[in-house]
Amino acid sequence: MAQDHSTAFVRTQEIPPAPPPPGETGAVHWIKTNLISSVPNAIATAVGIYVVYWLLSGLIPWIVNGTWVTNNIRECREVLAGSGGGCFSVLTERYAQMLFGFEYPSEFYWRPSLAFALLFFAVPPALFPMYLPRWMLIATGLYPFVAFWLIWGGTILTPIGALAGVMVGYYAFTKLDKYGFAAALGGGVVGAWVVWQAFGMIAGGMPGFIALEAVESRNMGGFMLNMILGVVCVSLSIPLGIVLALGRQSSMPLIKIVCVVFIEFVRGVPLITLLFVANVVLAYFFPPDSNIDLILRVIIMITMFSAAYIAEVIRGGLAALPTGQYEAADSLGLNYAQAMRLIILPQALKISIPGIVNVAVGLFKDTTLVSVISMFDLVGMIRGPILSSTDWAGVYWETWAFACILFFVVCFGISKYSQWLEGQLRTDRH
Amino acid sequence: MTTLSDPPKSDFRIGMLLSDTRYRSYTFQFIALMAIILSVSYLVSNLLANLDRLGQDLSYEFLGAPAGYDINQQPIPYNSQDTHLRATVVGAMNTLIVAFLACVTATIFGVIAGVLRLSNNWIISKLMSVYVEIFRNIPVLIWLIIIFTITANVFAPIAEFRIPRDGSDPARTLIFGVMAFTNQGVFVPRLTFDAGGMFVFWTFIASIIGIFVYKSYVKKHLFATGKELPFWLPALAILVVPTLVMYLVLGRPVGVQLPEMGRFRFEGGLQLRTSFIALWFALSIYTGAFIAENVRAGILAISKGQTEAAAALGIRPGRIMSLVVLPQALRVIIPPLISQYLNITKNSSLAIAVGYMDLTGTLGGITLNQTGRAIECVLLLMLFYLTISLLISLFMNWYNNSVKLKER
Repeated sequence: MAQDHSTAFVRTQEIPPAPPPPGETGAVHWIKTNLISSVPNAIATAVGIYVVYWLLSGLIPWIVNGTWVTNNIRECREVLAGSGGGCFSVLTERYAQMLFGFEYPSEFYWRPSLAFALLFFAVPPALFPMYLPRWMLIATGLYPFVAFWLIWGGTILTPIGALAGVMVGYYAFTKLDKYGFAAALGGGVVGAWVVWQAFGMIAGGMPGFIALEAVESRNMGGFMLNMILGVVCVSLSIPLGIVLALGRQSSMPLIKIVCVVFIEFVRGVPLITLLFVANVVLAYFFPPDSNIDLILRVIIMITMFSAAYIAEVIRGGLAALPTGQYEAADSLGLNYAQAMRLIILPQALKISIPGIVNVAVGLFKDTTLVSVISMFDLVGMIRGPILSSTDWAGVYWETWAFACILFFVVCFGISKYSQWLEGQLRTDRH
Repeated sequence: MTTLSDPPKSDFRIGMLLSDTRYRSYTFQFIALMAIILSVSYLVSNLLANLDRLGQDLSYEFLGAPAGYDINQQPIPYNSQDTHLRATVVGAMNTLIVAFLACVTATIFGVIAGVLRLSNNWIISKLMSVYVEIFRNIPVLIWLIIIFTITANVFAPIAEFRIPRDGSDPARTLIFGVMAFTNQGVFVPRLTFDAGGMFVFWTFIASIIGIFVYKSYVKKHLFATGKELPFWLPALAILVVPTLVMYLVLGRPVGVQLPEMGRFRFEGGLQLRTSFIALWFALSIYTGAFIAENVRAGILAISKGQTEAAAALGIRPGRIMSLVVLPQALRVIIPPLISQYLNITKNSSLAIAVGYMDLTGTLGGITLNQTGRAIECVLLLMLFYLTISLLISLFMNWYNNSVKLKER
């Protein structure tokens, strides 16, 4: 039966969405759902607001009323006269000591500062390879040599020689690669070693050739020492960690046992005991007439420490790869070195990067432990020369707040980068 | 026509040590073994040469010699005439005490912060994020020193608790009459055990074990008959009744001794020193931030479908949490939690920075400096921490195996 549709109303346009009812949007609704949705929630809000008020009521007068220009704590107390302000003059007076230590020559402060500034050119190409052109990685590669020269000084021949050794070694490695990995590695090491020896002799003969005045390692201190230890030890421990992780996965029992024992031993003891080793034990194992300075011994031990942790992270990455990847490499006829370099490690390292960054952050925080073996890093400087000086004894809030801010900025920055990178590396997203 | 030929005879040639994968691993291991032996013998020869040059030897006889220094926190009786070995044992016990207490409180902080960070109250969850980020990104050593400085400088000096000569009220009194926060530590009541007191203590421990036994019986009964026995009331009875009976039968051998202000200092009670309080609190609050992240990850890992499925089966909300969500969340939370416990134990060695006499302070600190036996002391120190770590790892492996999903 036919119906008459002639009078039917057919809407030709969509109805525009109606605004949500009042009370379901805006600040009022947000407060209702997020702050006072129920009685316990409202109580929690009140407690939270009180905590924030309590923190700010102490913090704001401390910062606003603070003084920055006095010469010692007694003048500070007179100027502040109980206003609750902070005595930040200790920072203006002693910031250089906190950053560079008290023995680094003050006329050369520009050198570590420049090295630190250059870090911002050297690091981004490695951290953000997806946004920056590849050739900028040259800056990253050159940075260690430039930074070494700036901080430690001496003739420019030393870093140039080191760089030349690395380049010759790399060249030999690529040329010999067709004869197998072992041959190439051996050739590279020998090539680098020969160049280093040669440049060592030249540099020894011409110590004044384009030289910056040399600064002894034991004069390094302050936050600079934390940065040096953190950067050097993490960079050195990544290759070592890869080797240890591969060794732990190896089918050769002897290699495997050695790696497992090393990793588990280092992971099982606190870093402090390893620093004790660096301080009082390690010297026993060097030849009797050698004189290796404390900072180098500490670098050796911290590198071993972080290598063990990085090895575990990379092992996780290796284990997370599907077996098919290993089998595919085998079926292509690749040998072990080729399979690892071309197939396995690029993928495993990619998975491990966030873990490695976490280890790096932890390690950077742990560099403060060197103050226990009486090295004057940031913590050592504050506890020692600054807080025990007659001028600034008792200015602990301001000095420790400064230390907290420095560490927080660096560590928080790195961990945010790690989270961002994790998102970038997630290839299974659609 | 096909001819069957013998497979090529595998004559062994020297070259096969490198070219044949069957033998190559032996070659590499042999080379590695040689390298290890060479480097170890090089190090040992250096060591012997150095010891010889310095006129030293390696021996542990110093452990039997009188230590000659005092330890300010003694879980077992100790005086400065006791041996280095006893000082070491006291230090080890102090390490274990602070590590255990810090594990407990860090778990409490971590669970609270982790759960609250997921709260739908905006202020609370933001505050918890701030707590977690601030504590995770600043070294524990700095926290330790800050907290130590605060306790030593902000808490009232003991003199303020003293009754003035004119007999007026002192400037400060004990909180609830039982506790005092001073710049020399916190004074709390202590339990005193007279003769028979240990029986009460062991009865109490046995009651706690009894509760677990009863719990497994309840579970078995439920599975066998489908009937649920009451749990909480009987458990409370098991906990309280035997201990109380023992306490009364033995003539109240356990007492509480309150700290009291003497003429110059507190007498009686238990003094928790500033260094101990600082270390305990710093380790707890620092590790608590990490545990909070683990707890949050564990709870987020359980998909909402699990809760909804359990609700669809008609399980009550409380039991959804205890029977469905928690067992799965714990499987995610516990392994990182245990490695945080391991970190606490290792980080407790920072005690040396505030003068708490743990193993690093006694064996690795004063004993090492007094005797000069660096190698022996550091080796013992490492062995102690290594043993604890291995024990915790063994436990973790056992736990991981026991909660592993049993797939058929």
